[in-house]
Amino acid sequence: MMWTLIWRDLARAFRSGGIALPVAFFLLVATLYPFAVGPDGPLLAKTGGGVLWIAALLAALLPVDRLIAPDVESGVLDQLAVRGIADEIIAIAKIAAHWLGFGPALMLAAIPAAALLRLDGPTLLTVEIGLLLGTPGLAALGVMIASLTSGLRGASALTGLLMLPLAIPILIFGAGSLGPSGIGGLKLLAAASLLLVAIAPFATGAALKGLRE
Amino acid sequence: MTGRGQYLAFESVTCVRGRRFLFGDVSFALAAGDALIVSGPNGAGKSSLLRLAAGLLKAEQGAVKREGAIALADEHMALDPTLSLHHALDFWTQIDKSSAMSALGSVGLDHLARVPVRMLSTGQRRRTTLARTLAARAEIWLLDEPANGLDIESIAMLEGLIAVHRMQGGIVVIASHQPIAVDGAQMLALGG
Repeated sequence: MMWTLIWRDLARAFRSGGIALPVAFFLLVATLYPFAVGPDGPLLAKTGGGVLWIAALLAALLPVDRLIAPDVESGVLDQLAVRGIADEIIAIAKIAAHWLGFGPALMLAAIPAAALLRLDGPTLLTVEIGLLLGTPGLAALGVMIASLTSGLRGASALTGLLMLPLAIPILIFGAGSLGPSGIGGLKLLAAASLLLVAIAPFATGAALKGLRE
Repeated sequence: MTGRGQYLAFESVTCVRGRRFLFGDVSFALAAGDALIVSGPNGAGKSSLLRLAAGLLKAEQGAVKREGAIALADEHMALDPTLSLHHALDFWTQIDKSSAMSALGSVGLDHLARVPVRMLSTGQRRRTTLARTLAARAEIWLLDEPANGLDIESIAMLEGLIAVHRMQGGIVVIASHQPIAVDGAQMLALGG
């Protein structure tokens, strides 16, 4: 049943271009950044990792509008609830599907992006490990915010306003792990990500219950 | 149909939605094979009564008691509009562990299995919702305006499906302002 839920969301993301979109966006940012700051190799290498993290954050934000709201409108969530499937289970499935939709693809796209930004091997490795640890937290945050804002007017503007500040810990520790703090930054990133993944199913479940009233 | 212990009962239930009083002190009891037809003008709370019965809403006062799985057929098809009818319905039949094709066959839509859901007409949408309800293999059916947009032939088919479901021990609650022939059904009229 879990797989059925995850598979439906993943297939839906595929069909609506939901997977190609964040990746293309991520690569576009990496391409445009050297144009904006100039082709200065050392400067790019120094700041590139941070730019990748900003791009990852925004790429995770892109499909958030379509995570929950369409299922509320089409009655899918009502039907799942009638079948006695717990809201928290639905939330976990949505988080897993959202992560599968952009996390691995983003990690793959980070390789060409690193080349564009002149990042060296060790830095790329740290970015990849950071993305692996951090993107589940971003996915959890995205689903949580999507459930809270679904049904509201102007939800898309609101999702950005709500999600970006809450993603600050992920951004600080993710980008911070590229500096001298290194492994310590990654540990804190993992902690922040784990916290979000742990909270999100319950917060999302409560929001989905509220939506039915 | 599993067992014969299924029942659905409202015990002086009061429903308030958005600070608006919809109905109060509604009681009924349905056992295996029973049917209830809920009538009333628009906004009387027919749909809310079904959502209460489905457990999607909480009663302001009173108690809703039920035993048995629920299948709710409201105005939403709950299908992905871009998928083919068969594929979209397959999501629900995988969860309910039943067959999409046989459910589509029962409502006479098997020839449209490859058509995208968004291309269906109003009547076909209602029949699709009915197919999803059938495929849920639940004891208690909650049907919200099931005859809306159906032609005479389809209404006869709907009445036939309801009769078969009751014969197998199922319970049916129908909210409708259109006449549907259901033998020996209890009646409940909600005020305006």
